[in-house]
Amino acid sequence: MKKNMSYMDSVHRYGKIWGLSICAILFAFPLLVCIIFSCVPDWAALAKGLLATLPMYWAVGIVEVFTYVPMLGAGGTYLSFVTGNISNLKLPCAIDAMERANVKASSEEGEVISTISIAVSSIVTTLIILVGVILIIPLTPILESPVLEPAFSMILPALFGGLAVVFISKNLKLSILPILLMLVLFIFVPALNAGTVGIMVPVGVLFTVGVARIMYKKGML
Amino acid sequence: MDFSVNSPILYIMVGIIIAVVLAQSVFFLVRALKRAKELGIAGTTIKKTITSSAVFTIAPAIAVLVGVVALSKSLGIPLPWLRLSVIGSITYETVAAGNALEALGQSAGTTITDPKIYVTVLWVMTLGIAASLVLAPLVTKKIQGGMTKIGLKDKKWSEIFNNAMFLGMISAFLGYVFCDVTYIGKGFLQGLTPVCVMAVSAVVMAVLGLLATKLKIRWLTDYALPISLIVGMASAILFTDIFGGYEITAQMLSEVAK
Repeated sequence: MKKNMSYMDSVHRYGKIWGLSICAILFAFPLLVCIIFSCVPDWAALAKGLLATLPMYWAVGIVEVFTYVPMLGAGGTYLSFVTGNISNLKLPCAIDAMERANVKASSEEGEVISTISIAVSSIVTTLIILVGVILIIPLTPILESPVLEPAFSMILPALFGGLAVVFISKNLKLSILPILLMLVLFIFVPALNAGTVGIMVPVGVLFTVGVARIMYKKGML
Repeated sequence: MDFSVNSPILYIMVGIIIAVVLAQSVFFLVRALKRAKELGIAGTTIKKTITSSAVFTIAPAIAVLVGVVALSKSLGIPLPWLRLSVIGSITYETVAAGNALEALGQSAGTTITDPKIYVTVLWVMTLGIAASLVLAPLVTKKIQGGMTKIGLKDKKWSEIFNNAMFLGMISAFLGYVFCDVTYIGKGFLQGLTPVCVMAVSAVVMAVLGLLATKLKIRWLTDYALPISLIVGMASAILFTDIFGGYEITAQMLSEVAK
């Protein structure tokens, strides 16, 4: 148990150090660009651009941290919030890995498997993009070909169809209400679409956890 | 120094940042592998986790690459390379860059030549995504601690809690797949494409699962998700042919992701 604590503690310690260092580097980058090309931003446009971007993305960002941390585990979180693409890549990858290894996200085994899976996924993503950037000229016609375009734009339905089968078959009773709620919301509320699904993830999570709690208390699960 | 969106100095700086981020992943990977050994997790389980995570990542990573290509037209290669390798999803970065360019009165398709415009876009993109980047290292330990407490108090509930979270997220994305079906009544059959793609992927997953258990083909379960993903994506080409092209592609390319 002591050993167990120390691994988790070290994950948090190094996670914090790496995370905040990378933050610093990412903020230093625009500063350096300003210095190197000796220029300042267009302040009025910057304010306007930030006003259009910040409120929505900061709100989503903050909610995402609280929603995804319990699912990703500690190591997975420290990596995912730096490398990005959580809901369309890192989280499904980690969920699938934990499922196949038959470990729970809240256990230390789950923590380790999730970290391995997300680290591998991050490394592979970075390498693929690196190769893509090097070969960007020959690859552009392929990547932008109108024939392939639908395949890339339909990645989320293709991803969550498979994932849903695994989880719904395992939790049939629990899945009925959340899916019904989300179907009704997305079909009948026009404002809910690709751009706002991020906000609905925490709604879905909270609702499902609530339903699960009630069903568990009543001995239905 | 003379400015260009593809200036070598930009490549060098972006290359260094990406190397640091890569080092972080390697650092955590090595430590987790060591810990896995100590915990007695079977070597085959670890190996499978590595290979299937790598295989699964290929298709979504190529979709991210498509975003780099799209953004590189106005922003050059280094900036989109950085933004999409490190944090950032296509939707977010496209919207952030779009907001900045609009505020500057610059059209999205033309290459930026003025460094003033470039740094303005750069700052909007950097600050816009900063919230979770700063917050995650600061609060993860607290949230994680809370989860552990639940686990210690009631093991069964902790398991259900976990499944409920995953299910909640999946249900939100399932709902999203149906978000355009209301347009079908108005003659826009495109709304059926995501639904059909999801159905194909689900059927493939179910069939693979059955085959794996009935015929005892273990490796099939390891690659079931990537296979259903690729078949689903391929079917999108077919369904788009039948129902017509999707109007809001740019938005759907990847959702809020990040």
